[in-house]
Amino acid sequence: MTLMARELRASYAFVERNFNLSKRYWGWEIAWLVYSVAGALAVSLIGKDQHNEKLLVVLVIGTIFWNYLSLVFEFIAETVQWERWEGTLEYTMMAPVRRYSQLLGSAFYAIAYGLVHTTFILAILWLFFQLDLSRANFGTAIVFMLLGSFSFVGLGMATAVLPLMYVERGAQMAFVLQSVLLLISGVYYSIDVLPGWMQVLSHISPATYVLDGVRKGLIDGSGVGPLVGDVWPLALMGVVLIPTGIWIFGIAERYAKRTGKLKRVG
Amino acid sequence: MTTVMDQPKTGLPVTPPGETAPSRTRRVVVDDGHPALLVEHVSKRFMVGRKRKPVVAINDVTMRIPRGEIYGVLGANGSGKSTLIRLVSTLLTLDSGRVEVFGHDIAREEMAVKRLINRVSVDAAFFKKLSPHENLTYAARLYGMDARQAKREAIRILARLGIGDKRLGRPLEQMSRGMQQKVAIARALLTAPTLLLMDEPTTGLDPRSKLDVQTFIEELRDTHDATIVLTTHDLDEADRLCDRIAIINDGRIVAEGTPEALKARVAEEYGQSPTLESVFMTFTGRSLDDDLNEDKENEDE
Ligand SMILES: Nc1ncnc2c1ncn2[C@@H]1O[C@H](COP(=O)(O)OP(=O)(O)OP(=O)(O)O)[C@@H](O)[C@H]1O
Ligand SMILES: [Mg+2]
Repeated sequence: MTLMARELRASYAFVERNFNLSKRYWGWEIAWLVYSVAGALAVSLIGKDQHNEKLLVVLVIGTIFWNYLSLVFEFIAETVQWERWEGTLEYTMMAPVRRYSQLLGSAFYAIAYGLVHTTFILAILWLFFQLDLSRANFGTAIVFMLLGSFSFVGLGMATAVLPLMYVERGAQMAFVLQSVLLLISGVYYSIDVLPGWMQVLSHISPATYVLDGVRKGLIDGSGVGPLVGDVWPLALMGVVLIPTGIWIFGIAERYAKRTGKLKRVG
Repeated sequence: MTTVMDQPKTGLPVTPPGETAPSRTRRVVVDDGHPALLVEHVSKRFMVGRKRKPVVAINDVTMRIPRGEIYGVLGANGSGKSTLIRLVSTLLTLDSGRVEVFGHDIAREEMAVKRLINRVSVDAAFFKKLSPHENLTYAARLYGMDARQAKREAIRILARLGIGDKRLGRPLEQMSRGMQQKVAIARALLTAPTLLLMDEPTTGLDPRSKLDVQTFIEELRDTHDATIVLTTHDLDEADRLCDRIAIINDGRIVAEGTPEALKARVAEEYGQSPTLESVFMTFTGRSLDDDLNEDKENEDE
């Protein structure tokens, strides 16, 4: 078997495993879906309340696509935490699998899972609010989701290591990062309302570009071509963040192996 | 150089002892004098507690295990057995010293070593909601095996260990600890490791399950050229299974030899009865009750 085939097979191990986990934890999946739909509705109803069709659409898109990015991010960021809880962390770490193969499999599943999830929520909100999506360019939305996923996978990978370093409290740090991104990325409002220094931060958040691109695609029906100003920063961030994430993961893994932080019991 | 070649794999052997089996395992290791496991002057320290007090878990350990041997590691709780196994499993890095698996240096050729080893830990490390079948498929894919073939193989190994294939589809959490441990053993064997590291594989098993596992390990020794490093607190088990035994105390190997040689030695040198129990007591310098106290101290890491 060639190296490539072996690594792809290993990547698939993670896809299949995660799929099986989703299947076995189906009750949790439904709960999560209900939670997401309720959250999206609750925020979007503000637009309805204000009798402002434009605001409504902005909020619907913000909440749904932020949900998507969070999902991808959390999925990757929680891998270590999750496996430690299951007790399989050592087993997975000693398997002859390169980290990028592992990441490829996990990211593939996270993105596929996120797309299904998002489509479902979008459909419900569309029915609920009778949104007019006749002009929407879904192709643009998908391109931006995928492009944005790379950055969030990279960020997730860098965040995933926190439980390796701080066994007890590591996972909370992921929430901090998420809430800051939510604040600065123009999810529910335009970033123009932020103070100047925050707007600077907005420009280094990948979510800002994803939401901008998706909105232009779904509201104005714009194609990807005219949005190149949103495309290139996202592409660049993905290219930088994924290797950085893997690099940080590698450092943390070596640290954990040196200090004995991989083990849980025995 | 030890060459590792990929072969179409059939998992575990069904070949009688003494026969060469061309399709026996995924990897054919061409032996050229490298021991299965070479550990040279290895030490490992941990910093524990808020004061970061150093604990020497492994202290200048050296051992050389030829292929095909079952090597037992005995020692009190906290003596460093699991740490030693983890060091060889690439789950911990060495502070100093050198480890080679079939001639592959564990630090420089980590991936090659990972392909040659597998570990059974004290706790059955599974996704508890997944079925044995799903867990084993995951393992098979991680190790680059064909999933369907792996399934057949798993059914065979588990049947051998007394678990019927009807149980393979239900979540693992519904199985008793003993059954989970058998699935863990099947998982380790599935990937046809040439060096199998077993950390207390029979702890917590009832006498019958224990016997199943022990018989299976014996069978492995006879039909399969896997080398096994086994830690255990069961002295009869060590006596029965191990070709050689090392006694480890406070991270140091304090005695090593065949069970017979060790027994003869305590009888001759210390005037004790020639049993492994006297060997253990003599070289660890404590009774099993002391270990329990030690265990309590270890809990507040
Ligand atoms: N990851 C770790 N972090 C800190 N200290 C550790 C770690 N792993 C082991 N130790 C310490 O190293 C020493 C050896 O532990 P180890 O688990 O190897 O013992 P053991 O012989 O396997 O014991 P047992 O029979 O209870 O399984 C103990 O003092 C233990 O507290
Ligand atoms: Mg142990």
